[in-house]
Amino acid sequence: MDLDIDTVRTARTRADCVLRPGEVFLGGGTFLYSEPVPAGVTGLVDLTGMGWEPWSVDGSGLRVAGTCTLEELVSGPGALGTDTGGPYRALGIVGQCVAALTLSAKVARTATVGGNLALGLPAGSMVGLFAALSARAVVWTPDGGSREVAVSDLVTRAGVVELARGEVIREIRVTATVLRQRTAFRRVSLTTAGRTAAMVTGCRAGDGVALVLTASVPVPHVLLVRANDHDGLDRRLGWITGLGDGAWYEDTHGSREWRAAMTRRLAHEALDELGDV
Amino acid sequence: MRIDGTEATAEPRPGQCLRTYLREQGATAVKKGCDAGDCGACTVLLDGAPVQSCLVPAHRAADAEVVTAAGLGRFGPGGDPDADPEALHPVQRAFVEAAAFQCGFCTAGLVCTVAGTPPPVGELKGNLCRCTGYRSIRDALAGRVNTEVAEPGQAFGRAVVAPAAARVVSGREAYTLDEPAPPGLLHVAVLGSPHPHARIIRIDATAARRAPGVHLVLTHHDVPDTLYSTARHENRLDDPDDTRMLDPVLRFVGQRVAVAVAETPRQARAALALVDVEYETLPAVFDPEAARQPGAPLIHPGRTPDEHRVADASRNVVAQLHEEYAEPGHGGVDAALAASAATVEGTWTTDRVNHVALETHGARAWLSPGPSAGAEQPVLHVRTSTQVPFLVRDELARLLDLPEERVRVVAGRVGGGFGGKQELLVEDVVALAALRTGRPVQWELSREQQFTMVPCRHPMRIGVRAGADADGHLTALAIDVLADTGAYGNHAPGVLFHGVHESMAVYRAPNKRVDAESVYTNNVPSGAFRGYGLGQVQFAIEGAIDELAARLGIDPVEMRRRNVIRPGDPFVVGRPVDGDLEYGSYGLDQCLDLVEEALAREPSPVEPPPAVEPVETWLHGEWSVGTGVALAMIATIPPRGHFTHARVTVGADGDFVVDVGTAEFGNGTTTVHAQIAATELGVPVDRVRVRSSDTATAGYDTGAFGSAGSVVAGLAVQRAAQSLKTTLDSLSAGHLSGRTDAIAQIASTQLAGVWAEATHDGSPRSVAFNVHGFRVAVHRGTGEVRILRSVHAADAGVVINPEQLRGQIDGGVGQALGSAMTERMVVRDGVVVTRTLRHYRMPQLSDVPVTEVLFADTVDRLGPRGAKSMSEAPYNPVAPALANAIADATGVRPRDLPIQRDRLWELLGATSDR
Ligand SMILES: Cc1cc2nc3c(=O)[nH]c(=O)nc-3n(C[C@@H](O)[C@@H](O)[C@H](O)COP(=O)(O)OP(=O)(O)OC[C@H]3O[C@@H](n4cnc5c(N)ncnc54)[C@H](O)[C@@H]3O)c2cc1C
Ligand code: FES
Ligand code: FES
Repeated sequence: MDLDIDTVRTARTRADCVLRPGEVFLGGGTFLYSEPVPAGVTGLVDLTGMGWEPWSVDGSGLRVAGTCTLEELVSGPGALGTDTGGPYRALGIVGQCVAALTLSAKVARTATVGGNLALGLPAGSMVGLFAALSARAVVWTPDGGSREVAVSDLVTRAGVVELARGEVIREIRVTATVLRQRTAFRRVSLTTAGRTAAMVTGCRAGDGVALVLTASVPVPHVLLVRANDHDGLDRRLGWITGLGDGAWYEDTHGSREWRAAMTRRLAHEALDELGDV
Repeated sequence: MRIDGTEATAEPRPGQCLRTYLREQGATAVKKGCDAGDCGACTVLLDGAPVQSCLVPAHRAADAEVVTAAGLGRFGPGGDPDADPEALHPVQRAFVEAAAFQCGFCTAGLVCTVAGTPPPVGELKGNLCRCTGYRSIRDALAGRVNTEVAEPGQAFGRAVVAPAAARVVSGREAYTLDEPAPPGLLHVAVLGSPHPHARIIRIDATAARRAPGVHLVLTHHDVPDTLYSTARHENRLDDPDDTRMLDPVLRFVGQRVAVAVAETPRQARAALALVDVEYETLPAVFDPEAARQPGAPLIHPGRTPDEHRVADASRNVVAQLHEEYAEPGHGGVDAALAASAATVEGTWTTDRVNHVALETHGARAWLSPGPSAGAEQPVLHVRTSTQVPFLVRDELARLLDLPEERVRVVAGRVGGGFGGKQELLVEDVVALAALRTGRPVQWELSREQQFTMVPCRHPMRIGVRAGADADGHLTALAIDVLADTGAYGNHAPGVLFHGVHESMAVYRAPNKRVDAESVYTNNVPSGAFRGYGLGQVQFAIEGAIDELAARLGIDPVEMRRRNVIRPGDPFVVGRPVDGDLEYGSYGLDQCLDLVEEALAREPSPVEPPPAVEPVETWLHGEWSVGTGVALAMIATIPPRGHFTHARVTVGADGDFVVDVGTAEFGNGTTTVHAQIAATELGVPVDRVRVRSSDTATAGYDTGAFGSAGSVVAGLAVQRAAQSLKTTLDSLSAGHLSGRTDAIAQIASTQLAGVWAEATHDGSPRSVAFNVHGFRVAVHRGTGEVRILRSVHAADAGVVINPEQLRGQIDGGVGQALGSAMTERMVVRDGVVVTRTLRHYRMPQLSDVPVTEVLFADTVDRLGPRGAKSMSEAPYNPVAPALANAIADATGVRPRDLPIQRDRLWELLGATSDR
């Protein structure tokens, strides 16, 4: 929709990425243009003008730019992934993670990885994807420096991320070691193509499995479990329930109890899938 | 930017999206269903790839090549830039031939999506259609042809193409706001109440009036104080007078507080922020049961039955009905239940559902010189998205104190209605603003306002008590209905009385009782919605009948056969109905047989199991399978008069022009009227042009609701055409029944301007029937329901257009599946939480199975050429059939809609044991 703002600047240099009062960053714009802007927002700084290479892969691993569109992610890194092995086996779940969003392929053409991460929504499947891949985000700080944060630590509350005003998600890095691992994906929602109510992504590492829960929890949970240790998984899940009322997330896309139960089903299935073969 | 081959040089505004930019450049093929990326109506090709233009920042597309539905034939994939500007793309032709649209508001975006997506197109995630139930769209994707060309005079009963088809699929058909913007057009923004119940103790618009671009700000001090109802009926006394254009008392969150009119929508919105309002908040009540208890906050205190038609304002009750009837020799409901072999008692609920017509409400008003030269007073024109142009005209004239001749209301093609546009919701504001400013004024509602400001479907709580003897014959049937009409009583009486009417009347029981009340609350108002109350009540009654059958060990279809009314039986609700309802035909027995037979046939192969379920456990383990049916009856015409007028004229070109007042909003009446006229006149259907819904060119018509378009207006068209034929026959000594080219010549040279007219008063009325059957698999571990089989039988009399009728049924079933399984407006303390389509869950293509549609073989003696109406009715039996199938599968009966996965899981007491 039309936004009631006064300025749009296209960023071309790092210096352009310094926000002026009232400005916010524009990634793809698919979220920003889907709602009226919050009071006080008067301008946008378009990060897509930076011309960052959407993604690259080399001996040290995968880098995905904050402005990489979801379509580029699927057709690039996603297409490298396989079910059967090879150096990029872990990327086999990329397509499913993008499809888990309620947005269409037409919107995925515009929406960016950085935008999805920066929103920190429980149903933000880029969080689940990259947390399962133990990815780290490179964040540009407004003073011209940069810092790194684990994607699994990025979200601090439902819809809130650990980014200070003016910080930019520059890129996401996944190590070459992780890219070779087996991964698994499960999700459920109230309707076939509906908003994700519970999502479990997993990655095998040695004789352990990292399971990442999103959508059914306000912030992602990383559960490190031994392969095939279903009892251990239940203990972890029980621990989450023990956190109290807000432990499981509830919105109009499914009740808390159902989401907790579905998460448990999905997590056990993912653990099964990532067990010994 | 190049738009459909034409260079556009205007600079987009900061923050402007591509959708509005394109429309401002005249590319009105680009529609708005949501403005938020959810519906796909705004889809265009951007440098060859489909995008939802409402989400694309316009500044990025400055150098792009954009193709809209209007340019698809020439500039789309495989197009020929030198072709005729109206050339259709193959995808558009497929949509025409499959009849893959009804209102067509989604179509321009759909064809762009399909044309720009390399096959396979898949499940069209991101394209919503509210009308079709997606079956015909699937057909278009598969290249199936559902339409045919009828020989001259043979159009009746044939699947002819809608006259507007080519224009609809290419985005050229003008919906409400698609005509070029008149110069000087001003825009409206409306401040909504932040409180569910409050009184405005001070409101100051001084600063707002001085804001840039602002021409007018209205508060309750500035508007007529006349009481009215937003609901529109033939008789305005059907609805309570409880509403003011702007009221100092606010009764729901979102109710109009102030109106700003400015040069741009943004300036109007900005002005609202400057309106200074002081509210005194009042106690609010949201639960209808609490609202009718002593001590509850009174929402319309002092309103009376006589003056305002509010039944009992001291209990917040707008409308009520308490009746009991025992056939001679029977002792009443309580006695009968006590003596019954089996009884059932239970409570069913339905939730708040939104119409989601894909075109939001919107209207434009302007003043123009009077019709007759020298007339001093200008005429107020209102072009609006309405199902009832004449009723809107009449009430506008009353509200604004203008003579009817000075108000002209026109509906263009309307992008879906489903009852939601049988109201006066935006027209009063634009009309008054145009009168005050002298400028053209437009108000286009946002999708969010569709959820928060305008009426939804009445949520209801229905208690049922039913009893039967050992043979399954009903001994008593009693219902206790509580409807939440929200803050205003628009459609409250109508929905309540209709809701309990045919639903009770369809069963024979010697003892019947109806208790029903519609109650004010501080929720968003409820209004007319497809089925008009019947769907809610039928859901409960059909559940109770099913349960009774189960208790008695009687087959559910057989149980119904033993108890439904048959021709000759009186219609009894809470007492015998005297009136003009007749058995013009009867096909309920056939419908029951058809569905029973279809369900017994070999099931079609089920779709592949979901990813979460290992293949080998599909239909084993945690899945349970069951079958359910439900029926519904509906009167073919609304009660107490539905008036219409039709005129058929020989045009100057020798074609025939049909003028009718009813509106086309996807119900297909334009096609039907053309078919009827062409058949009577003995000409090809493309020689008939239908001009509808203009109060200045057509005779009076009550409007397009209650499924009246085909049978009421249709009958008038038939009579007018017959009479014209007689005239022409005598004038041209029988030439008309000869060769068509000869007719064209004679008509154009000698008969142009000859006309005939006819009227119909909508009485007497007949009854139509629908039966739905489902076979479902229910997953006990997750609450997932998969529809394995969906069968619908309809008794529509003689079928006028089989493809259109099937489309109405597919669409009704699809919409009903939404209310049955997924749709729910979540409202907390009067605040609507689900304000976007993304969070509301109306069915997408992947949610709606294909339904097998069967027709009873009946001929109605009241309808045109034996036809009956069939557009609301298919909705009604779907939810109960689904609930009955789930109960059959699991032994647990869902009594609350929607039957969402999480709720069903909870009901089944499932655990997540692996
Ligand atoms: C139809 C539709 C369906 C959707 N479904 C889902 C869903 O199922 N699950 C879900 O989680 N979300 C969903 N969303 C919301 C959102 O996640 C997506 O729109 C998309 O991922 C946002 O990406 P974007 O690049 O378009 O972000 P933008 O709209 O450009 O920006 C979103 C936010 O991120 C900030 N931002 C963008 N890029 C950066 C960056 N590189 N560094 C720092 N901050 C940045 C912006 O300032 C803004 O606050 C949906 C949106 C739509 C329109
Ligand atoms: S209007 Fe753009 S997707 Fe609905
Ligand atoms: S035809 Fe699709 S929304 Fe009406």
